[in-house]
Amino acid sequence: MPYQRAKFYQVGSFAVGNRLLAPSERTVQSSLARTNSLTSGHRACQGCGEALAARYVLDAAMAATGGKVVVVNATGCLEVFSTPFPETSWRLAWLHSLFGNAPAVASGVAAALKAKGRADVRVVAQGGDGGTVDIGFGTLSGLFERNDDVLYVCYDNQAYMNTGVQRSGSTPPAARTATTEALGPEPGNVFGQGKDLPAIAMAHGIPYVATASVADLHDLEYKVERAMAFRGARYLHVLVPCPLGWKSATAETVRLARLAVESGLFPLLEAEAGEVVAVTPLRHRVGVEEYLRPQGRFAHLFRGAGRPDIVARIQQVADRNIARYGLVQEAGE
Amino acid sequence: MFQVRVHGRGGQGVVTAAELLSVAAFIDGRSAQAFPSFGSERMGAPVVAYCRISDAPVRTREPVVAPDAVILQDLTLLRVEDVWQGTTASTFVLLNSPKPWAELAGAEVLSRFDPERVAAVPATEIALSQVGRPIPNAALLGGFAALTGAVSLAAINQAIRERFAGPVGERNVAAAGEAYRMVDLARHSSAWEV
Amino acid sequence: MRQIEGSQAVAEAVAACRPEVVCAYPITPQTHIVEAIGAMVRTGRLANCEFINVESEFAAMSVAIGASAAGARAYTATASQGLLFMAEAVYNAAGLGLPVVMTLANRAIGAPINIWNDHSDAMAVRDAGWVQLFAEDNQAAADLHVQAFRLAEDLSVPVMVCMDGFVLTHAFEAVEVPTQEQVDSFLPPYEPRQVLDPDDPVSIGAMVGPEAFEEVRYLQHAKLVRALEKIPQVAEEFYHSFGRYAGGLVSPYRTDDAHTVVVAMGSVVGTLKDIADQLRQKGQKVGVLGITTFRPFPAAAVREALWGARVVVVVEKAFSTGFGGVLSTDVATAMGPLRAPIATVVAGLGGRPVNAASLAALIEGSERGSLEKVTFLDLNRPVVDRELERMGARRRSGPSAENMLRDVASQAAAQEG
Repeated sequence: MPYQRAKFYQVGSFAVGNRLLAPSERTVQSSLARTNSLTSGHRACQGCGEALAARYVLDAAMAATGGKVVVVNATGCLEVFSTPFPETSWRLAWLHSLFGNAPAVASGVAAALKAKGRADVRVVAQGGDGGTVDIGFGTLSGLFERNDDVLYVCYDNQAYMNTGVQRSGSTPPAARTATTEALGPEPGNVFGQGKDLPAIAMAHGIPYVATASVADLHDLEYKVERAMAFRGARYLHVLVPCPLGWKSATAETVRLARLAVESGLFPLLEAEAGEVVAVTPLRHRVGVEEYLRPQGRFAHLFRGAGRPDIVARIQQVADRNIARYGLVQEAGE
Repeated sequence: MFQVRVHGRGGQGVVTAAELLSVAAFIDGRSAQAFPSFGSERMGAPVVAYCRISDAPVRTREPVVAPDAVILQDLTLLRVEDVWQGTTASTFVLLNSPKPWAELAGAEVLSRFDPERVAAVPATEIALSQVGRPIPNAALLGGFAALTGAVSLAAINQAIRERFAGPVGERNVAAAGEAYRMVDLARHSSAWEV
Repeated sequence: MRQIEGSQAVAEAVAACRPEVVCAYPITPQTHIVEAIGAMVRTGRLANCEFINVESEFAAMSVAIGASAAGARAYTATASQGLLFMAEAVYNAAGLGLPVVMTLANRAIGAPINIWNDHSDAMAVRDAGWVQLFAEDNQAAADLHVQAFRLAEDLSVPVMVCMDGFVLTHAFEAVEVPTQEQVDSFLPPYEPRQVLDPDDPVSIGAMVGPEAFEEVRYLQHAKLVRALEKIPQVAEEFYHSFGRYAGGLVSPYRTDDAHTVVVAMGSVVGTLKDIADQLRQKGQKVGVLGITTFRPFPAAAVREALWGARVVVVVEKAFSTGFGGVLSTDVATAMGPLRAPIATVVAGLGGRPVNAASLAALIEGSERGSLEKVTFLDLNRPVVDRELERMGARRRSGPSAENMLRDVASQAAAQEG
């Protein structure tokens, strides 16, 4: 991790504090020169993690490329809330085609730029978890396999929020959605194997894969900048809480993203050519209950006598992540 | 219009034979059309290909239903499909066989054709000796030129050379030439016998 | 003039148009075209072109969309199931107004799976907003591709060149392959109307609500209606550049004094011309109207060509299940209230050879009013009836296609035995 991690324990957040840093260490977001790629006035909900992440990611990509970015967007909340024409919130070249084809459209843009000798212009494709892990999965795998020169960013809010909170392949176990109601003996989403897309991306051996969250702006911007230093297919998976679908307070978005990381449910890592090269260790580890409780989609686990059995199973998921990626360093190491 | 139907099996160059025939006719200054009947046949499956040769542009796309010539690349097909469909006594018949056609088992079916218009060439054997592979199409095209006169051997040779560059092309040309001489000789000698 | 396979001729014509992005996904019978283009990119004969092996037809059209929106001349080819698999993107390319050019090697749609020629695929997307041109022979197939890029880019609409799978794609015949010099003089470099440019950023593909959607759609319609004027102009210019006529809206053959006019699209038009000549020798005044431009539908040109006809026979390689002809419906609408009787002949489904003798007999009888409204050429009706009987006899009668295939095979065996 080549940037200085800001430790502002006194304010209880890692997302603040640019004013306390040397100017050279400050984030792109804190700069007056930021692009505002996704500018204000759009129609995202209050506390939308995806809107926040998209602006962070694209401003960082613009900063890293001298403003030479073309964006391809899958259908989804991000596309809908940003372009109810005649308004558009995009201050960069932006194309929306369909739900499941953003990776392929981005491949086409990249191919056109290559044919025209425009190596200076870079392509970023983006979509939600539905557009990425489900309906766009085939085209994304094709993009990875061909190693086309595209950074694909998944903003993962763990369900189809645009259509009214239905389960996606990224919905976590036990979460309540409109198609996995909190009913019956096994309420909420099934305990499946999950679809670990960062791991699947790594299995393609592409140059760069990273996970990030909206809770750590420095980390997120660093990973975008790092991604833009590579040519070929790159994948960035950003966890973006959704107050609507998670049934959480709009002010809790950043805190929930941080708790997802600190509980071990959403490990932060970087991989190059299929190998993990860095993980963000958990210095302040929390139990999953602390992350689950504030979210209405898990309320059925805590109502009345609650379902400590299910919470324990979710804790096992977190523990497995922690062990797998070595997120907690043993004392004395 | 002179219409040709080529019967054979996948891997024997049936489609190529019809295509080369059309190219040869084109080289001779005529209009020609060649197309296969099937596109997904695997090795060994029956395949049919067609060629039409004409002085006017060929417009019809119908499969050849009344052939002026039938080329049979594989005699085992006689048990599989009706290769004689739409033929008449005056249809030319060219067989791939090491035996003279009159000695073939079931030769009686050939008795309905004008004997002057039936010929057999050991095309597979010629291909094995000249080309090194059992693909009889080039030899059969040479035999076809001798039997029917519908195309010239020179045009067949040029078509083969355009398709197969270098030594492969030359070896196929040699195969076509050998079969041509064989059929030509047989026709003349049979004329002597008459 | 070269004696060449249709697919190779099309590949050469497309390459001469200097596409910058070509995407390929294998589906029979279009494979030879993109394989040949791929080879030309490999050898450097086709320079400044990215050849992309995609993972599906959906991706093929999507890559073409991205490439076109980024200002590149984009091309792909497909057929049948591939066209349906990319259908969402086919509509999208038209809605975005992107001048993608695509070859459709016409092939039947399953089930039952069938790799051979008919026009079901093209008909399935006739309302997608693409210009659809049909090639009668391989010369037309090659020439229409050159015109397709010109049309697409002039009008900012995508263009589909339909050529019969196998019947044309795999047929060897003499073709005047468009030369690089000719194409360069006819087809200027692509100047996009809209482009993804970081220096002049625009948003493309925004959501449009009820307040403007109808207008956006109407513009698409208006562009296709304009294409009805543009297509003959482009054909005229093509004639001046290449010295041969190709394209246009319709292709009438001996229709002037014809009592019976047979309307058709694609390669069967050639067969019909031969039939018309034969029937004329027998004294019947038969003409043929080839429809070159199917979308936009050239209603005025069709009406004009059918003005004097007493009987119109529409030969179609597709039909609307539960109704009848597709092209026939358009022809009837074009002819208006004063029309001559129209009969539909559905022929050549799934590669069934269009038997000239059967077809000639139908056309011969048409003037006597012997044709049904819809006739399925050479239909083996007993096979259908026996399956209907089986279905009536027991609930679990099994898969119909397999039953009927077995029936056909046993009939053939019985005949031989």
